[in-house]
Amino acid sequence: MILAKIIGNVVATAKATGYESRKVLVVQPIQPSGEPKGNSFLAIDTVQAGVGDTVLVLEEGGSARMILEEPDTFTIKAVIAGIVDHITM
Amino acid sequence: MKLGRVTGRVVSTKKVESFEGIKLMLVQPLNDKLENAGDPLVAFDTIQAGVGDLIYYETSKEAGRVLVTTMNPCDAAIVGIVDNLSIEETK
Repeated sequence: MILAKIIGNVVATAKATGYESRKVLVVQPIQPSGEPKGNSFLAIDTVQAGVGDTVLVLEEGGSARMILEEPDTFTIKAVIAGIVDHITM
Repeated sequence: MKLGRVTGRVVSTKKVESFEGIKLMLVQPLNDKLENAGDPLVAFDTIQAGVGDLIYYETSKEAGRVLVTTMNPCDAAIVGIVDNLSIEETK
């Protein structure tokens, strides 16, 4: 899993099967210090996260489908799996 | 998933059996500021995207799962057509 910050949201009407009623957010990977690192990408939200939240993002299809309780036919790689309250280092 | 813009159609008559009947689109990857980010790629389209559409797509072996036969030699597929994108500047 990686740490990321939610920077935006995406609204789509025409979507692939299984994406109906799924919330898609734009996430920017960050370092533990909060600095952005690398390129942003899109992930499905499962924890009712919002813009500005620091979150845990899982980028692996099998695990993502397990969390979303979707069958093998569902195309997905990235899901938001948790909202980070705080990080201690 | 990543953002992209459909920039063209790719027509192929002679192709791998599992690609038959599948629409292929040319996609330009974009970043969250909608600037070009990397080289164009060819992606499966099962949701009737058109040229000029802002879309999001999935890459790697996960992409092949948009087809009925889930195990496919496919590495990019369009999974959503974007109606609205809002980005909050936090950097």
